[in-house]
Amino acid sequence: MYVVIAGAGKVGWNLARELITKGHEVTVIESERSRYLTVEQELEHAIQYGDATELWVLERAGINRADLTIAVTGDDEDNLLICQIAKEKYLCSRIIARVNNPRNRPYFELLGIQPVVSATDLILRLIEHEVPSYGLVHLLDLRDEQLEIIEVEVGQGAAAAGRKVAEVELPDGALIISVLRNGRGFVPKADTVIDAGDEVLLVLDPGLEERITAQFSGAG
Amino acid sequence: MPLILIVGAGRVGSSVARSMLAAGNEVSILDEDPLSHERLDSGMDTTWEDSGGRFTVGHGLEIDALREAGIDQADVFIASTDGDNTNLTIAQIASKQFGVPKVIVRVMDPRRAEWYEEQGLHTICPTRYAIEMFERALGV
Repeated sequence: MYVVIAGAGKVGWNLARELITKGHEVTVIESERSRYLTVEQELEHAIQYGDATELWVLERAGINRADLTIAVTGDDEDNLLICQIAKEKYLCSRIIARVNNPRNRPYFELLGIQPVVSATDLILRLIEHEVPSYGLVHLLDLRDEQLEIIEVEVGQGAAAAGRKVAEVELPDGALIISVLRNGRGFVPKADTVIDAGDEVLLVLDPGLEERITAQFSGAG
Repeated sequence: MPLILIVGAGRVGSSVARSMLAAGNEVSILDEDPLSHERLDSGMDTTWEDSGGRFTVGHGLEIDALREAGIDQADVFIASTDGDNTNLTIAQIASKQFGVPKVIVRVMDPRRAEWYEEQGLHTICPTRYAIEMFERALGV
């Protein structure tokens, strides 16, 4: 696979190193001269000096034959435009963009730049997972497929506590797929009783979170 | 009265703002640098606001700032910051998210100006004009 990476910061440099180790061909583009010279000592011909938002720089890097373009500069506008041009002008089949400021994420979606990776969002996700009192945790969002998998802890006195799976009042488009109890997970049957303190995994259509929380959060 | 929203009031943006205001339009400026406001007022008898203009301090990528500057009512959106990438991004947002009827974007890089023009953006490329002027001056 031939990969073009825009940005030789910590993310870009380490990505390049990993991909080269796995046997892929990589060209990194870095616009800051001193950074380029530092990274060039290790990556040698696999890095080029230039502004990856300029067409001739992308062309010199071989964007025309790239299987994957990854934009991981520290500037969201740059990442957005690099991926837009790679996809729409050079017909690169796969792109990945880094979002530095999570508030800019909707712009990437608006302009059809998918998928995006945001370190801030990933860390928030981890915090939610590590701090159970947070309530409902998103484990997986399949935006294109309009599905998500969430984890929720069953509170004391919750509507669902003490009920059989079949009797839990779930909206259409929601399904209990797993129960975590005493550190073990299992797939419940219709007559499995859900206890307070269990963690329940559900697959659901987007937008149902509030109705799920209403069933599983504790009284008060 | 048509509302014209100008993001980036440098030399170009501020001059266009003044002339559009004088021509009887409602003009709102969004710029992250308060100093741009002083540039608007320099050499003028009245301040920008006294002349009827609007000024919002903020970045063109911030939804709140765009809303405060009146993007929801804007008839014309001009992206004239000093960054091509910012201009191209906010121009597409103005067009696709807010449905501003007329969007004009300044792009210094001639090749990208040309490509985005082909994609339907109304681009203005000062570099292209400069090249033509030099060529004419040299009799090419």
